[in-house]
Amino acid sequence: MSSMKVKAKEKDGIVEVKALIKHPMETGQRKDKKTGKPIPAHFVQQVIVEHGGKTRVSADWSGGVSKNPLLFVKFKGGAKGEMVKVSWTDNQGGSDSAEEAIS
Amino acid sequence: MQTDIKRRVFLKGSVASGAVAAAVGAGLLTPQMVLAEWNKAAFESKTVEDAVKNLGLEGGEESADINIKAPDIAENGAVVPVTVDVSMDGVENIAFIVKENPSPLVATFSMGEGGVPFARTNIKMGKTSDVIAMVTAGGKTYMAKKEVKVTIGGCGG
Repeated sequence: MSSMKVKAKEKDGIVEVKALIKHPMETGQRKDKKTGKPIPAHFVQQVIVEHGGKTRVSADWSGGVSKNPLLFVKFKGGAKGEMVKVSWTDNQGGSDSAEEAIS
Repeated sequence: MQTDIKRRVFLKGSVASGAVAAAVGAGLLTPQMVLAEWNKAAFESKTVEDAVKNLGLEGGEESADINIKAPDIAENGAVVPVTVDVSMDGVENIAFIVKENPSPLVATFSMGEGGVPFARTNIKMGKTSDVIAMVTAGGKTYMAKKEVKVTIGGCGG
């Protein structure tokens, strides 16, 4: 089961990519309210958007990005039916990716 | 004008970052697509000045070509939508910086081939602060800022 929902829409030659990633995005600064122990940092560090064998846009994040983060980026040169792949990696070795056809 | 993504694509033997190694192992990132290592120094900087320095940026001429869309008042500091849209040629990177956050640098977006200089994500803000967009284009650095008032901070427990 994917952690991501990806939508890719082409309009006037520009592909809009929206991805919603299910992820806690813990900064490492919060403490567990019961135990007082710090909750370890756990956040997506990098997201890449690929199409046609190329990285179109990449994003580097810290825990300052919100929980269950949204990514909305755009690129030129994609056509309806072609695949867009969004992949993420986090600071604890986690990763996931999803592909979606441009509509 | 062409962003040379190859400058930032390398596979170091010492890329010890577990995340990247795991992703490469899982076949999610091939060596050609491994991007520059996550800039720990910049993301862990405690001041805007240090973050900018650690990003390797200098200056930051204010530019009206950088449009920051963010709420005047954030209802919830844990989820503040910020959109940066740049109407310049040759944009390479866009950085989102929150001046009053404990670690001001929150996100960077790098344009690959065909990448449009536009980015939106939701960020955490601890308190009322300027949200700063720093943009590199054609080797120069530009910036714009917008104040976002925060009533309920979203950075800590």
